[in-house]
Amino acid sequence: MATLRLRGLRKSYGDAEIIKGVDLDIADREFAVFVGPSGCGKSTLLRMIAGLEEITVGDLFIDGQRINEVGPADRGLAMVFQSYALYPHMSVRDNMAFALKLAGASKAERAAKVAEASRILQLDAYLDRKPKDLSGGQRQRVAIGRAIVRHPKIFLFDEPLSNLDAALRGQMRIELARLHRDLNATMIYVTHDQVEAMTMADKIVVLNAGRIEQVGSPLELYHHPANLFVAGFIGSPRMNLLPVRATGPDPAGVRVALPGGGEVVVPVDGTRAAPGATVTLGIRPEALKPGTDGALAGEVSHVERLGGLTLAHVTVAGGATVVAQIEGSAPVRTGETIRLTIDPGATHLFDGDGRALPHRSRHPLAA
Amino acid sequence: MVKQSLPKRVGIAVLGWAAAFVLFFPLLWMLLTSLKSEPEAVNPSLTFTPTLQSYGEVLARADYLSFALNSVVISVGGTVLALALAIPAAYVMAFHPTKRTRSTLLWMLSTKMLPSVGVLVPIYLVFRTLGLLDTRIGLIVVYTLMNLPIVVWMLFTFFKEVPHDILEAGRMDGARTGAEVWHLLLPLTLPGVASTGLLSLILCWNEAFWSLNLTSSAAAPLTAFIASFSSPQGLFFAKLSAASTVAVAPILVFGWLSQRQLVRGLTFGAVK
Repeated sequence: MATLRLRGLRKSYGDAEIIKGVDLDIADREFAVFVGPSGCGKSTLLRMIAGLEEITVGDLFIDGQRINEVGPADRGLAMVFQSYALYPHMSVRDNMAFALKLAGASKAERAAKVAEASRILQLDAYLDRKPKDLSGGQRQRVAIGRAIVRHPKIFLFDEPLSNLDAALRGQMRIELARLHRDLNATMIYVTHDQVEAMTMADKIVVLNAGRIEQVGSPLELYHHPANLFVAGFIGSPRMNLLPVRATGPDPAGVRVALPGGGEVVVPVDGTRAAPGATVTLGIRPEALKPGTDGALAGEVSHVERLGGLTLAHVTVAGGATVVAQIEGSAPVRTGETIRLTIDPGATHLFDGDGRALPHRSRHPLAA
Repeated sequence: MVKQSLPKRVGIAVLGWAAAFVLFFPLLWMLLTSLKSEPEAVNPSLTFTPTLQSYGEVLARADYLSFALNSVVISVGGTVLALALAIPAAYVMAFHPTKRTRSTLLWMLSTKMLPSVGVLVPIYLVFRTLGLLDTRIGLIVVYTLMNLPIVVWMLFTFFKEVPHDILEAGRMDGARTGAEVWHLLLPLTLPGVASTGLLSLILCWNEAFWSLNLTSSAAAPLTAFIASFSSPQGLFFAKLSAASTVAVAPILVFGWLSQRQLVRGLTFGAVK
């Protein structure tokens, strides 16, 4: 049982405010991911939770207890560092047993817990090695093992996969998700990689410039982004964003004029989009398909072929480029002019302040 | 690594041996002089009949062991005390620096620029009042304070090399400051701490100004022992050399045995 509550959390270094008031609740056994561009304050926020950074203003509660003044050693949390931060002078076994030794655990208890953790992480064969004799992936596992043996209230991960190669990263993502299920523990995970966030999180916290932009499940963020920042950050390839003009209300939503003369009706509540207002239209790349009656036309400027997918970069009237994600190896060629149909269900509209206009219906999987 | 040509390698070897010989020459000359008789000692000739006569006279005239014991106790005491004070100081400066840390370090080093003789009278008076004249404790205190700036500086630079993440991981594992320093910081910087200790030991062993001025007999170390052989009647070079040889012998052997550690410590962190 471990819940976390952040209330009005702020962090300043001199005059520079890094965290500008964060309120957040993380439920027991939840896998929460802090995601955002570099410099957004996500690592600082994690370190404040860990106790490694002082909290300038605000309150931090674990299981309802305010722990602002409790040191990192007494918070009962475990952290996996980006650099792994293994103790270079200790064997893998001693690295994992260090916390237990400090806590005064008996030799037998230490051995049992290390054995259990090394079994879970398949480290049995390496227990007597020093960290310098391990590969990156193995070091990563030792760092996780060091956290597991302590049975912490909350696991904290600070970009733990960013030093691994792409293949290993994919594998570790699955292992971490499995570990979360098996251990039934509350985990907070910091990353700048939205793929990691989407694939592992129960709850994603999108941070930007020291503030929370949106909190929600991966699909909620994907299908119902609260603002332009989240819309652009979540999803790969990025959502296409086009400045357009609202032409009038429609029974199905808001009608907007597309560059080049077409129109599309976005199924959102139109009270904040008066006819004539400049708004931003967001279209997911998979919502654009080649079609002779398409509402959007343009010249293909570049084609990326991934085999199972084709990404067509299309320059539309007015000079903006949109990316269409087409299933399979589509026969589009650079230089040709194509028309694209738009699936209105996967479009979004943002007002002049960048806030999303609410969709009329929720996506069934976006709770 | 590119293999050097033969003449180049020979040249480097000759240069190395030559430099080593120049540095070692005073010691060699002292050793040779100590084996001469007193009349031969003033003559820089290399042909002489070796004799241990001077050693016999030196050891008969003064209680070498008592001086040597004082040197050991005072040097080890001064080094241990300096490390005990400097480790916490360097830890705080390296890992929890403030705006003033840099200036504090510079100020500490600047105290080394003050000539010792400038504070001789005040320290002498303080020692007389406290009854510390001619006591080992007194010299230990003076040596500790004398070496503290350089010991703090060296430890500070070694500690700076340790990644913060490792100590933070220790903190997350439940280590308080004491455990963090003992289980993580010191083992990680052991070569550096050892070479700092060795340097402090050698500086204490060689110190003459304070030992000559603050001790007379009870706490007098080997530097005072050597000085007692330069008398108003003139210098007795053979005896002086014999006294100097027995005085530097212990630290020389100790330094030779630990040179590996010393070199490792002094180049620690130079190459990642």
